Amino acid sequence: MSDILSPLRERIVVVGAGMVAHRFLESLLTRTDADLDVTLIGEEGRHPYDRVGLTGFFGGRGDDELTLDPVHIDTDPRVRFLPGDPVRRIDRAERQVVTQSGEVVGYDRLVLATGSYAARLAVDGFSLPGCFVYRTLGDVAGLQAFVETRSRELGRPLTGHVIGGGLLGLEAAGALQQLGVEATVVQSSDRLMSAQLDLPAGTALARLIEARGIRVRTGALTTLLTPDRSGSVAALEFRDGSHAAADVVVFTVGVRPRDELARSAGLTCDPRGGVVIDERCDTDDPAVMAIGEVASFGGMAVGLVAPGYAMAEVAATRILGGEATFDGYDLSTKLKLTGVDVASFGDAFAETPGALDVVYADPAAGVYKKLVLSDDAKTLLGGILVGDASAYGSLRPLLGTALGADPAAFLLPEGGVELPGGDLPDEAIVCSCSAVTAGRIRHAVHEEGCTDAGGVKACTKAGATCGSCVVAVGKIVGRELGKMGKTVSHALCEHFDLSRRQLFDAVRVSGLTTFSAVIERFGRGRGCDVCKPALASILAVLTGTHVLDGENATLQDTNDHVMANMQKDGTYSVVPRMPGGEVTPDGLITIGEIARDFALYTKITGGQRVDMFGARLEQLPDIWRRLVDAGFESGHAYGKSLRTVKSCVGSTWCRYGVLDSVGMAVRLELRYRGLRAPHKLKLGVSGCARECAEARSKDVGVIATEKGWNMYVGGNGGYSPRHAELLAEGLDDDGLITAIDRYFMYYIRTADRLQRTAPWIQELEGGLDELRAVIFDDSLGICADLDAAMAGHVEGYEDEWAATLADPEKLRRFESFVNAPTTPDPSLAYVAERGQVRPATEDERRSEAVLIASTTLAVRR
Amino acid sequence: MSAVTATRTWVRICAIGDLEVERGRAALHGDVQVALFLLRDGTVHAVSNRDPYSSAQVISRGIVGTKGDAPTVASPMYKQVFDLRTGSCLEAHGKDPRPLQVWPVARRGDDIYLRWEE
Ligand code: SRM
Ligand SMILES: Cc1cc2nc3c(=O)[nH]c(=O)nc-3n(C[C@H](O)[C@H](O)[C@H](O)COP(=O)(O)OP(=O)(O)OC[C@H]3O[C@@H](n4cnc5c(N)ncnc54)[C@H](O)[C@@H]3O)c2cc1C
Ligand code: SF4
Ligand code: FES
Repeated sequence: MSDILSPLRERIVVVGAGMVAHRFLESLLTRTDADLDVTLIGEEGRHPYDRVGLTGFFGGRGDDELTLDPVHIDTDPRVRFLPGDPVRRIDRAERQVVTQSGEVVGYDRLVLATGSYAARLAVDGFSLPGCFVYRTLGDVAGLQAFVETRSRELGRPLTGHVIGGGLLGLEAAGALQQLGVEATVVQSSDRLMSAQLDLPAGTALARLIEARGIRVRTGALTTLLTPDRSGSVAALEFRDGSHAAADVVVFTVGVRPRDELARSAGLTCDPRGGVVIDERCDTDDPAVMAIGEVASFGGMAVGLVAPGYAMAEVAATRILGGEATFDGYDLSTKLKLTGVDVASFGDAFAETPGALDVVYADPAAGVYKKLVLSDDAKTLLGGILVGDASAYGSLRPLLGTALGADPAAFLLPEGGVELPGGDLPDEAIVCSCSAVTAGRIRHAVHEEGCTDAGGVKACTKAGATCGSCVVAVGKIVGRELGKMGKTVSHALCEHFDLSRRQLFDAVRVSGLTTFSAVIERFGRGRGCDVCKPALASILAVLTGTHVLDGENATLQDTNDHVMANMQKDGTYSVVPRMPGGEVTPDGLITIGEIARDFALYTKITGGQRVDMFGARLEQLPDIWRRLVDAGFESGHAYGKSLRTVKSCVGSTWCRYGVLDSVGMAVRLELRYRGLRAPHKLKLGVSGCARECAEARSKDVGVIATEKGWNMYVGGNGGYSPRHAELLAEGLDDDGLITAIDRYFMYYIRTADRLQRTAPWIQELEGGLDELRAVIFDDSLGICADLDAAMAGHVEGYEDEWAATLADPEKLRRFESFVNAPTTPDPSLAYVAERGQVRPATEDERRSEAVLIASTTLAVRR
Repeated sequence: MSAVTATRTWVRICAIGDLEVERGRAALHGDVQVALFLLRDGTVHAVSNRDPYSSAQVISRGIVGTKGDAPTVASPMYKQVFDLRTGSCLEAHGKDPRPLQVWPVARRGDDIYLRWEE
């Protein structure tokens, strides 16, 4: 140990600059600062791009959009990129590769990621002009150019054939159709996607494909391609002697691993193709790894990107000295053809001995679904979904676990997986933050005496991190208590035995208007962080008083407390309202000036407006004074209240818009602004069925049609996403507003604390039909009441922030310290990142070098 | 008795009229931030303003309430609940309980004093 050698830079050479190579580099370079020497050698003369999204090329996704994040390749000094210069030879003895241009690159570690090439049929005429494969950007660009010139030459739309009816073939047929080519898919076997689908599923799929205007020809073996006088392909001949005209032909008959380099270098390859690797991604030469489609593992090479990515992670981890193994392939697939839903997963063909299947078919609707179950009909082994693959996302994670309910229920239309009475399997993860399973929660109820979500949180940590699983945990607890014959308490907390709904009615009927009066009459103690905000919300709806009026001020949760959103360091974010996402250039400039003057971090939110972060308590009134002067008002980003009405640009500008979606969004946002509710409310308005506003993920989604507005209810993003369901069709403006008024007020009156509309609707007795009856037929006789309540809200609305600024008593609450009203919190510290500030981490605080104290963020006015 | 005697002093922090029932206020002494709470019965409690779970100085902005007989404050950050009298953590929401520091409070006339050890 006497002489110190400078560590040698490990030389890593990656051959092939495709998707898997890209993932490998990203993983390797982001995880280490070590001084590496990486050379990436690609055959295609461009950066790695999204091959999976290749078909997007015809929808206008150019090279730039398809290119995968080039930042490492372009800016990391440890990387050298040689595009357009394929490797011709590997010299394992010398540990070097030689490229086409003659460049010799030495390696300590060689990673082969050469992917596959697309095969063509070995029939005469396979390489005539007009014949293509479908693999690279070069291929699709060539196809597009050919179709354009050829149809100009012929003066008519082209007829095209795709040979091979697998996933890729169907995608290619869709692409031909997009190019205006009349497309037929030719499949040699008896059905489409024969590797993934059984015969009835393949047949159902063929019907769906034909309904989209693509012809399907099965059981047809192509034997010859013949040219016309110009030399371009003109016709196909099949084994049965029949012919078909074809101006363009695309082969999608499978891929072959590009293992030629490895073979000639003497590495072991599978006879069916692919460089043989072990679970560590090593080939039989310890200095050479292979990843992605070129690799063969367990006797298989698979043409999917996910296993390639998994291998990339394994290889990167191992090169960095870690341990990781590739666990084998998941062959689940979902077709990406718009308008056609197909998925296949697990043991789709029921090859497991004794496997049973459950099938649901609705030929009229083009739906075929099959689940494969173990011999006791309990464990999910696989499945096929055609025509409605909505259950794919929820079924796939259940593979290998007990379904816990009648399998048929999973297959019914709109069945989803939240089943009536169905229990999640014990193994299912309920809390993803702490990896707590349903079984663990049941144990907590049965063995550890937990009787509510709070108890389970204390024992298992489920719900202790992000909190999004609390409702799911509560449901399991309720169900288990029910099984034990115990009743589930709906008491709000230790201070009230009433549920929120009961409390709402109690307050409404008694006419009480203060917290103290309500708790003395209906509860006990002095409340807590559960019942106080709930009561604040109820009082806000029933009395319409300001959140910071008198005793109300003491009930408000974290954010309503000062009408801003608390951030991790105790500062706040400020979000002015921008109804419908509409904002004038002057408005944007004002916001920009304010953010700059107060040195706030700015970001566009997911709700189509601007958020400014890092405002200190004592700065909030100064910031809001400027915003209010410029005509802005509170955006209620902090309230359990209306958040945003998201809009698309709609008929005023968009060439497809049917109605004025922005106008309606603005109208709705102004109507419901400030409306307090059991949980937040979000709306979306789209100008046509293309749904650019994603309205169906909102509590109310409004979509314009030729006949008027369609109203969808009960959508949710967040932890348990749910699409809103159609409540009413073809409404006019006023009809729409009345329906939303009643829907909101009914929800506000009857929902549980922190229950959004989606779970509220799911639990509503009688479901949507009942809701329609309440809203449109006044089945409960409460419509006049609901309308009056909403009218009261609309009339009583005032901007909370403007009102606060006008009230010196309220303003005193924004002083930072009672004995130093304008002194900033001395504990705040920031660092600069991408041209803005963010709170310093603990480590950065300790190092102190880079800190910006909050007080030095000068306020310029 | 320890060999080193800390100096104990009473420090005037504010007037009672500066506080509102069940709505906390922060106070600053040197670099130390204190959260003050005036309860309905007229008592004043002083605990550390620093939330031990997030390290942010926010306890004064939490909701005041009760748990059994104990007067409490819930941190506005992650909602851990503390006993205002002792600072002990009564509801840790699945975390290890961590207490808040407390200061003795005295009221003389309209003035609120904290006992400070330096
Ligand atoms: C700022 C923003 C993220 C961004 O930078 O884009 C954001 C930030 C927060 N979201 Fe969100 N959400 C934001 C859009 C969304 C969206 C997208 C949307 O509205 O289209 C969603 C999914 C849609 C939905 O709500 O269904 C969303 C689903 C959530 C959820 C999950 C709700 C659920 O039902 O599961 C929470 C947690 C909760 O509310 O309990 C949450 C909670 C939060 C909180 C309040 C967490 C907290 O307590 O600190 C974040 C603080 C806001 C702040 O300003 O400091 N945020 N959040 C977005 C503000 C939009 C706005 O202009 O008001
Ligand atoms: C249209 C289309 C749709 C697809 N859709 C899906 C899908 O929905 N889901 C899915 O999982 N998969 C899909 N795939 C497959 C997916 O794209 C591949 O699994 C993935 O790209 C494999 O990555 P790779 O890096 O192993 O190979 P590739 O991405 O093919 O990259 C290999 C690269 O190596 C280069 N190369 C080869 N030999 C050499 C050499 N000697 N020297 C230098 N460079 C060389 C090649 O030119 C190529 O650029 C689709 C493929 C296509 C074509
Ligand atoms: S939803 Fe319709 S109107 Fe709105 S932007 Fe999309 S296409 Fe245009
Ligand atoms: S706390 Fe359970 S999922 Fe986050």
